[in-house]
Amino acid sequence: MDDLMNMQGQGHVRLGSSAGQALTRRDGILKVTGAATYAADNRPDGLLHAVLATAGIAKGRVTHLDVAAAEAHPGVVKVYTPQTAPRLAVSPDEKIHPFVWRMETLTDDSVRYAGQPIALVLAETLEAATEGARLLAPRYETEAHGVTLDDAEPFETDTTAFGRPAGHSSGDVDAARATAARHVSTTVETSQQYHNAIEPHAITARWEGDRLEIDTPNQAIGLSKQTFAAFLGIDPSQIVLRSPFLGGGFGSKAILYGGQMLAILSARDLGRPVKLVLRRDQMYGPVGHRAPTRQALQIDLDAEGNIAALEHDTVTLTSTFDQFLESASNASHSLYAAPNLRTSHRGRRADVGTPGPMRAPGEAPGSAALEIAMDAAAQAAGMDPLEFRLKNYAESDPSTGMAFSSKGLRECYAEAAKLFGWAERSAAPRSMRQGRLLKGWGMGTAQFPCPMFQAAAHATLRADGSAVIETSAADMGQGAWTALAQIAADGLGIDIDKVEFRSGHSDLPDAGVAGGSGHTATAGTALFNAGADAVRQLAELATNDPASPLFGAGNAGVTARSGRLYRNDDERSEAYEDILARAGLELVRGEGTGAREGEPDRAMFSHGAVFAEVLVDPDLGQVRVSRLIGAFAAGRIVNPRLARSQLLGGMIWGIGMALQEEAVHDTRSGRLTNADLAGYHVPVNADVPMIEALTVHEDDPFVNALGIKGVGEIGVTGTVGAIGNAVWHATGVQPTRFPIHPESLI
Amino acid sequence: MTPTLNLTINGVPQQIALDDPRATLLDVLRERIGLTGTKKGCDRGQCGACTVLIDGRRMNSCLALALSHDGAEITTVEGLADGDQLHPVQAAFIAHDGFQCGYCTPGQIMSAVGLIAEGEAGLDPERVREGMSGNLCRCAAYAGITEAVLDATREIAAGTEKRETA
Amino acid sequence: MNRFEYSRAETLGAAVGAEGALLAGGTNLLDLMKIGVATPERLVDISRLSLDRIEESAGGLRIGAMVRNADIARDPQVLARYPALAEALLSGASAQLRNAATTGGNVMQATRCSYFQDPLSPCNRRAPGSGCGALGGATRNHAVLGWTEGCIAVHPSDMCVALAAYDAVVEITGPEGLREVPMEEFHPLPDAEGSGAAPLAPGEIITHIRLPDPRALARNARYVKLRERTSFAFAIVSAAAALAIEDGVITEARLALGGVAARPWRCRAAEAALKGQPATAASFARAAELATEGARPSGDNAAKIPLAQRIALRALERAAAGTPERLPALPASVFAGDDNG
Repeated sequence: MDDLMNMQGQGHVRLGSSAGQALTRRDGILKVTGAATYAADNRPDGLLHAVLATAGIAKGRVTHLDVAAAEAHPGVVKVYTPQTAPRLAVSPDEKIHPFVWRMETLTDDSVRYAGQPIALVLAETLEAATEGARLLAPRYETEAHGVTLDDAEPFETDTTAFGRPAGHSSGDVDAARATAARHVSTTVETSQQYHNAIEPHAITARWEGDRLEIDTPNQAIGLSKQTFAAFLGIDPSQIVLRSPFLGGGFGSKAILYGGQMLAILSARDLGRPVKLVLRRDQMYGPVGHRAPTRQALQIDLDAEGNIAALEHDTVTLTSTFDQFLESASNASHSLYAAPNLRTSHRGRRADVGTPGPMRAPGEAPGSAALEIAMDAAAQAAGMDPLEFRLKNYAESDPSTGMAFSSKGLRECYAEAAKLFGWAERSAAPRSMRQGRLLKGWGMGTAQFPCPMFQAAAHATLRADGSAVIETSAADMGQGAWTALAQIAADGLGIDIDKVEFRSGHSDLPDAGVAGGSGHTATAGTALFNAGADAVRQLAELATNDPASPLFGAGNAGVTARSGRLYRNDDERSEAYEDILARAGLELVRGEGTGAREGEPDRAMFSHGAVFAEVLVDPDLGQVRVSRLIGAFAAGRIVNPRLARSQLLGGMIWGIGMALQEEAVHDTRSGRLTNADLAGYHVPVNADVPMIEALTVHEDDPFVNALGIKGVGEIGVTGTVGAIGNAVWHATGVQPTRFPIHPESLI
Repeated sequence: MTPTLNLTINGVPQQIALDDPRATLLDVLRERIGLTGTKKGCDRGQCGACTVLIDGRRMNSCLALALSHDGAEITTVEGLADGDQLHPVQAAFIAHDGFQCGYCTPGQIMSAVGLIAEGEAGLDPERVREGMSGNLCRCAAYAGITEAVLDATREIAAGTEKRETA
Repeated sequence: MNRFEYSRAETLGAAVGAEGALLAGGTNLLDLMKIGVATPERLVDISRLSLDRIEESAGGLRIGAMVRNADIARDPQVLARYPALAEALLSGASAQLRNAATTGGNVMQATRCSYFQDPLSPCNRRAPGSGCGALGGATRNHAVLGWTEGCIAVHPSDMCVALAAYDAVVEITGPEGLREVPMEEFHPLPDAEGSGAAPLAPGEIITHIRLPDPRALARNARYVKLRERTSFAFAIVSAAAALAIEDGVITEARLALGGVAARPWRCRAAEAALKGQPATAASFARAAELATEGARPSGDNAAKIPLAQRIALRALERAAAGTPERLPALPASVFAGDDNG
């Protein structure tokens, strides 16, 4: 275990101790000096570089690979093709759990999508492996393919992503519609999008006998270890998976893919460590994406502007061999007070890689469409967009009738609107200007659920008063190294500077998945409970020891803080070190778990309000988001500095989704025409002139004992719609498709 | 024949037996010398993660053929701090949370050092944003990056002033 | 990328006539090699040729082919006399790329047509006779002027658009001696087969770009560029405009469009229509309409025609308003801030 990544937290700025404090990142110095080690930074002795060859057709089979040419290239050691590739222990289509996609491991010569791995080349240098892959010059037998939403018939489905029900109905939408005063119909399409973490997917794999060491960025270390083991046919205890830092994940690194397996299999086959790093263009195919959606929303209003019925239907795309359906319509379940509510999803299959979870899966495109529909309804009702949303504020979850565990959305609306200056908005489209530019103001409501997963943790108090906390959390930038240590320090009742954090390693207790905006709540709860368990043991030692000033106070009669236990009935206290010394103990070790007990009887969501100002050139159609302000109610904020960064990041993803991001296929070849970062635009610094995210105070005694919700994904929701509505307000052109192109505005 | 490449990297002259003439400066740094602080994001000059200073100018090391830069002085993120003393840009990135996952950060920081040395953006936030737009940050820490660069610009100017008056 | 023989040319004499691909800043050639579009067997490194100066030349400037893009953009003489060139350069690529990319390399850069960039697609420009993969495909970014069924690609340079407007001349040295070509005509338009003549014969090298005396054009010149994001993006359409205005009357006008054709597109009819006219909105509007004379969509890009007219109009209006003392924080952006209050 000496290869564990430990975070002592040297160099972070301590502005106070523990949860609630805006500490700088404990991994800050490592990251600004280049010392933080990402998977591709590993260079074990004897390393071979691996490069994938990927398919250039969307459907058919590979008829020829020039293996001889590749193997003749100096430095090339081995070429694996379907004829020669080492095999998994089980079928590549084995579903050992629901989050397994087909492991594309060169099991046959068929091609199911452009970009699918078709061979693996290993060489002494990266340059040789790269050229070896090119020299394979595949030939194909092609079959007719389809890659877009228009290319296949819809199919009915019972479930969407993560096994959610594909449809919902409450009340009687048809009856309500028959008597409604107004009917507003809106359609919105969203594009196929790619995660584009700046760190490409990478793995370094090394076998020591039958023991496997893997360095790979991963959002679910415990689960992935089990998955690797199952596909390799080995015991999980033989695997060490290290993932101390992820260079961005956004969902794409929660799913294992065949390339990782191939690197491992080839390392075993060749008896040498293997490193495989995807080229940027290979990030557009085998490692997931956000599927396109076509959404139809119907909102029926009564004469006073109350929503009488809300209907939201989504058609989306999945691959021919796996199913992940973007659950966009679910965004309408719990946000606005719709007494009659109906949602549905249908799938289509196309010759594309399997989509997967991408930051706010379902919620992001669903919210984008819902917020446009809400502005359309507000216009029909003759109301201000904010006034309309407040009028239709849901006091309980309309889809279940359950009360919200907490809901600070009114405060979010008020705070963000005030900071933005929403009251000054002129209602008519094209009525605001800045010089020659059109100015538009729009808003959207943000909402994201608060799931919890399963996590376990250890917390060990040591004789010198310091502590070690352990759980296999994943820090992909959200700040787990820092925020989780803050929570743990509170559980232990010690100063965070005394907390050593071991994480990002599969030998540690499983911290669950870093996804669904539930990691801090889940792993944090486990760590807090582990700390509390260690403190409980100390308290038992002390309160039962006649030599202790705490003797007789009882467990419940003492409080832990600053590395001491204090009696609640007088001022006496004792340091942890002294309790352990007198007991002759080197340490006490606490254990804890984090999970939600039973079925929740409350609706649990983070909420927010996002206000956008756009400037639009009236002649040229170029849009710039000149101001973007959000306020969020997300329960207890563990670290305001890091939470703000998460929220801002999500909002800027909203800029990308609203104005820039889309995969463009050549429908004839089935290949993307923009599979690089010059063609697939993500926001740059100059796209973000002014942005702010506030958090409003929210106590939530139901969501979990710590009151933590989540901030990782909610920033995308609300924002896309807010920007779309601002563009609509600026130009008078209602968005029907994201991203909004300049030429659609002139 | 294995060509020999002479580079001064972070002030240290190095002779590198180049096993492959195709190697970019980025792949020499990362795979041959083990200076893995410089990151590869796109390998095509489209993301900025590989930014280093070549003879004092910020450039994409992924599009720099190593052989073409024989004799050059290279500064990477590993060469910025003075022992435990962080470079003002590094310190400002921590203080302003100018990163999340940290992967684009070495490139952002080297780009910021280059931008400040160019002296054209000054304290104009819009010029900083434009000047830093060659460095993608998918976590989108742009607000913090801009604040950090402005702060470091002030800090470096103050330091220079102090040295000049001393 | 493929294996190649690398050599360095220390003198112009060694570079001229050398067999192989010329490597200067590397920002385009290495990229093309990485994606398998360029597969040279020999690489001749010309980056150290002493063509790295900007010199006075008969009232104008002569820019060495190895001068880095960033150094042109910050040159005081360029800023004072050819501000639209500086603005065009600063609107292109990123600071890092501009620090590496050379004048000659910028001129010689390949099209960004995704079909050219994809070795699996047919492309007459890359593989003569294979057909145009773009035609009938994803063509939102393709040409509306000067294209044929053989090729609908556009030239991606911003710099060249400004150079064309300034009547710049490309100085070329080859085994046969020196020759000069106006920037406006340097990049051949595609012939019916889509390939057309190469801009440089084998063994030739661009040594300089010569800019004539701007005379009265110096202070009324701008570049404007429409993009899908605020920075670090190729143009949808762009325009360079330079005007000489005396007592409110246009005595000379230059207008060139980018993103519309396989070369920077000089709008001669528009220029002629402006000469002698008052520097008014009406004059500019008439000229802008003429700017796209002969344009037709090559696919899903009809919107480019009105956009090109409007970007031309904007460039003319901005030029007429006068080049600002300091280039705007967002060079060439529609949000540059100098004409929107």
